[in-house]
Amino acid sequence: MDVLNLAFVAAVLTSAAPVLYAALGGALCGRAGVFNIALEGQLLCGAFTAVAVGWWSGSPWLGVLAAVVSTAVFSLVLAVGAVAWRADPIIVAVGMNLLALGLTGFVMREALDATGTFAPSGLQGLPDLDALDGVPVLGAVLGRATVLVPLAVVLAVAMSLWLARTSVGLRLRGVGEHPEAATSLGVPVTRYQMATVVLAGALCGLGGAQLSLGTVTAFTENMTAGRGWVAVAAVMLAVNRPLWVLGACLLFGAAEAWGFRLQGIGLPQQLTDAAPYLVTLVVLVLSRVRVRRRLRAADPVAAENAAHPEEIR
Amino acid sequence: MNALAQRLRLGAPAALVPLGAVAVAALVGALVMLAAGVDPLRGYEAMFRGALSVSNIDFAVAGFTAILAMSLAFAIPARMGEYNLGGDGQLVAGGIAAAAVALSVPGPAALLLPLCVVAGALAGGALASVSAPLSTRAGVPVIISTLLLSTPMVALASYLVRFPLAEEGSPVPQTPRLPDAAHLPAFPGMSYTNVGLVLVLLVLLVTVYVDARTPVGYEIRVAGANRGFAAYGGLSVPRLTLGTLASAGAVAGLAGAVIVMSQPFRFIDDALTAPGYTFAGVAAALLAGGRPALLPLTAALFTILSVGAAGMERDVDVPRQLGQVLQAVVILVLALRVLAARWMAARARRAAGGRA
Repeated sequence: MDVLNLAFVAAVLTSAAPVLYAALGGALCGRAGVFNIALEGQLLCGAFTAVAVGWWSGSPWLGVLAAVVSTAVFSLVLAVGAVAWRADPIIVAVGMNLLALGLTGFVMREALDATGTFAPSGLQGLPDLDALDGVPVLGAVLGRATVLVPLAVVLAVAMSLWLARTSVGLRLRGVGEHPEAATSLGVPVTRYQMATVVLAGALCGLGGAQLSLGTVTAFTENMTAGRGWVAVAAVMLAVNRPLWVLGACLLFGAAEAWGFRLQGIGLPQQLTDAAPYLVTLVVLVLSRVRVRRRLRAADPVAAENAAHPEEIR
Repeated sequence: MNALAQRLRLGAPAALVPLGAVAVAALVGALVMLAAGVDPLRGYEAMFRGALSVSNIDFAVAGFTAILAMSLAFAIPARMGEYNLGGDGQLVAGGIAAAAVALSVPGPAALLLPLCVVAGALAGGALASVSAPLSTRAGVPVIISTLLLSTPMVALASYLVRFPLAEEGSPVPQTPRLPDAAHLPAFPGMSYTNVGLVLVLLVLLVTVYVDARTPVGYEIRVAGANRGFAAYGGLSVPRLTLGTLASAGAVAGLAGAVIVMSQPFRFIDDALTAPGYTFAGVAAALLAGGRPALLPLTAALFTILSVGAAGMERDVDVPRQLGQVLQAVVILVLALRVLAARWMAARARRAAGGRA
């Protein structure tokens, strides 16, 4: 089977995009020294708002906008709770993930009068990039995707440059790596961290919108199904570097897209659904073993605490 | 003044935080019901009736059994600072293992009952154990690996119940009814409440005892307070991690086995994960804080929230997800307990300063 054809590349990008948005948000938080494992709930929040507002207003773009705004607002819970008030980021995030799951299900029943899945006939998805149809290669890769798919890849590259080349990016890294030093240079650490968490929320909003108005045109209860956790794993695997995050998410996308192909030749969906998560975990383990070995020589304490990133402040 | 008054003054704020969390959640729930156009009193009444009325209590106690077990599955590793969020996978692993044994091993109840329960506990424990070396050897946080293992396990069970273990001709993905010998004996006059409750309560007693009275329990708490100090003091952190995770998974697996071996005596796809036992257990464990003996109380509260929510949906048409929302609010308020602690410390400092 020819897995490296262009249609496959297209499927990989579409599968990877929602996770990539969330993981880029997570990587930014990691760079700023905030442990963000609320990505799952934030993706779900974005996916739901995109569909709800998109259907209600009739415009998928308003849905995307609403997803970005609502998820940014939702992430204030983490920004205020875990950053400003210094509560345990893990417990805040566990609460947020559960809150997103409950609230989306609740509002779907109460306001949209649907249970399980909401996919009314009037719901419009984001348009495909039809303009690229005639273009060789690009047309085949992106012609059936929404604009949010290439945007995710562009954002990964832009974020990498931004962190490396701009003064704000440098300050953000300083805030995460050495908050005391950043403070002594007059950088408002808490404000930087809170802004980063909110920005990450906005990115998750885009990811959620791509999932519910791009990859499919529907909202299903708990439709993120662990993608936010894959994003957390991707962030860890990439040690917060945006380009590596891109690579990790493409790997997840490839596993998912390959799974769809295997379904096509008769493998049960339940088994192919499991594969991307296992692939992500295996690659994460392999990469962490290496990171830890390198750390052990330089900083034994950090190596011992590798499994507890929330304690490194 | 006298010792009792002083203890009350110190103890009252400690109890205030969990009680406050529940009160805030109840208030949020009331506001949500008002927004949905339902009288909160009627809503809460329907919720309590949904769990505690004579016709529902049988089912609610079965839910309590599962939630108590899942609260232990979270609380045991949490004693040493590890977060087990993969309860769904461990629960399902235990359920499918118990069902597979019951359907393939012929034998009398005396053999089959313990065999199925042990198979369930072993399966759950094995799945959770994987996360221990991943944390201590590879440095992958337990919270991430348990979750990433849970999704594939649920998918695998879903596959097994659709194909190799499926009941032929059934429109629902489910196993055939387990043989009579694998039915846990129910309490007299009950159909859902059975010996499973006794098993889980026994596990709770053992946990409370080990935690408070044994060297291992002490070591686990030391590791939770300061992992580096524990390792420096000669404790084997990898072994403690493996032990706590294996026990946690085993309790979750036990819960899965108990569910499958109760009415309707089948493994039905989604039936173990859909009620949200795992996160009700997480919320109960967080609310109990570092006091395992309080778990039955907090588990009972979250049983009312989640089992009663279904009754509330039936009676006053408020979506059952409100139960989940309230659990989340309790967790969030508990996370913010640091504020209360800081406020009290500041007050104590002011008081001390005032006296000097």
